[in-house]
Amino acid sequence: MIKVTNLSKDYGTVKALDGVSFDVQPGEIVGLLGPNGAGKTTIMKILTGFLSPSGGSAEVGERDVQKFSEKIQQKIGYLPESTPLYQDLSVHEQLEYAAKSHGLTGEDLQKAIKHVLKLCGLVEREYHDISELSKGFKQRVGLAQALIHNPEILILDEPTTGLDPNQILEIRKLITELGKKKTIILSTHIMQEVEAVCNRVIMIKQGEIVADNSVKNLKHEQLTGFTTKATIKGPEDKVKISLENIPGILGVQVKARPEKDVVTYLISSEDDIRSIINKEIIKADFDILEISSSEESMEDIFHKLTK
Amino acid sequence: MPNKTSTTTQLSAIIEKELRVYFNSAIAYIFVVVMLGFSFWWFFRSFFLVGQTEMRAFFEILPWIYLFILPAVTMRLWSEEFRQGTIETLLTSSIPIHVTVIGKFLASLVFLVITLVLTLPLPLILSTLGNLDWGVVISGYVGAVLIGGTYIAIGLLISSLTQNQIISYIITALICFVFFIISQPIVIYTIPNYIVPVLDFISLGSHYDSIIRGVLDTQDLLYYISVTGLLLYTNSYILFNKR
Repeated sequence: MIKVTNLSKDYGTVKALDGVSFDVQPGEIVGLLGPNGAGKTTIMKILTGFLSPSGGSAEVGERDVQKFSEKIQQKIGYLPESTPLYQDLSVHEQLEYAAKSHGLTGEDLQKAIKHVLKLCGLVEREYHDISELSKGFKQRVGLAQALIHNPEILILDEPTTGLDPNQILEIRKLITELGKKKTIILSTHIMQEVEAVCNRVIMIKQGEIVADNSVKNLKHEQLTGFTTKATIKGPEDKVKISLENIPGILGVQVKARPEKDVVTYLISSEDDIRSIINKEIIKADFDILEISSSEESMEDIFHKLTK
Repeated sequence: MPNKTSTTTQLSAIIEKELRVYFNSAIAYIFVVVMLGFSFWWFFRSFFLVGQTEMRAFFEILPWIYLFILPAVTMRLWSEEFRQGTIETLLTSSIPIHVTVIGKFLASLVFLVITLVLTLPLPLILSTLGNLDWGVVISGYVGAVLIGGTYIAIGLLISSLTQNQIISYIITALICFVFFIISQPIVIYTIPNYIVPVLDFISLGSHYDSIIRGVLDTQDLLYYISVTGLLLYTNSYILFNKR
């Protein structure tokens, strides 16, 4: 559905993209992951026809984006970073404008507006001025605008930036729901977002792809061992010795000391040995307050690949 | 490529959006009040002095009022899109760039025409006071729309070159001023004779003077239409090459 071949983009002497190639199949939710300035937004701007590449090509549905930009833009819904909207318009006026700009009129236009208002939870805000909306609602209007012409492809540039935790969960839920019917490319630098929403991740560093795989395979490929996070009550030095004596443990690190005699450890091992750790700590007469696989694993991969 | 119907819809989308942005804020009303207030004051000031039922004084002052008002109308047309970041959604919304440029131009022109329509009580009042030559009045309004359209096209082009609205305002006003006065006696008397016909031809003012005298010459009409068209084409070209 989307084919990017040897794409490069120079801004003066700065090379923003350097020979980027990847394919996206219909129905995939692909996360473009990378630090700020890695080239994620540039890829999106080229795919939407906003920027021309300095070299290489980008195709959507076997058509070159540069040559057939208007035709391709009909298939794409785009939410740029920072959600640009007309502050002097109401939500209805903004959506009506977006619908008409895609050629929708009459009953189709009204149906499309009603549909996206409902889908994005904006029914009660329909006649509010955009300037009066919170950041979360503005983000929803941006998303509604991107969806108004029922595009096959959604391109979302950091869709949850600046939102509070509840709003982030709502937008992620909406994206996951949309991903059942559409192809989605979203950019982010938040690991949890990729794990929660995407079924594939393309990691970019200084304009080059450093990893392209499913989240599961990427973890399997990049993480050589297993990290367990355990919060244990007991004297730190004794607990540490007990942990290091457990067969299969490669290393123990202190992550935090939330209370007196309560320490959170990061324990590295080749395999998942959480149940063994649990048994051994209880046997040594310490209390386990919490034990889990470490949530930092994707972050570790990110640091490893983009440092 | 979008079909004819959708291009019309896209064009009307841009015009409606621009007019909504004008009239949803107080700016449009301020511009209208200032323009009407100043032009009415200037007209009646000379009307009571001369005592003739003609609108020449009104049409003569209009391009000077335009110099202050129209750059303010056009300064935000592109600058604001760049500042707010809406340029990204605008240029990726499948509307061809030239349609967007024409839409913005027509929206400003509609705004100007609305303001000019509001001045119609002037000739109506005059016609009750004496024998008003409606041919000259209509010709004057055509001239006012044409020169206003060219000022708008200049402002639109300048707005696409800078994100700073103040710079856009000043440069637009300056260019319009220069192209208006180059055929005025104050300039003509200071330059060699052989340059005079050239300046007379390219000047916005000389063609306007001819129209408001009641002479609707095809050459003058073509001049404004072609200059405006060229400016809009250049605007589309610049935006296309910004990608």
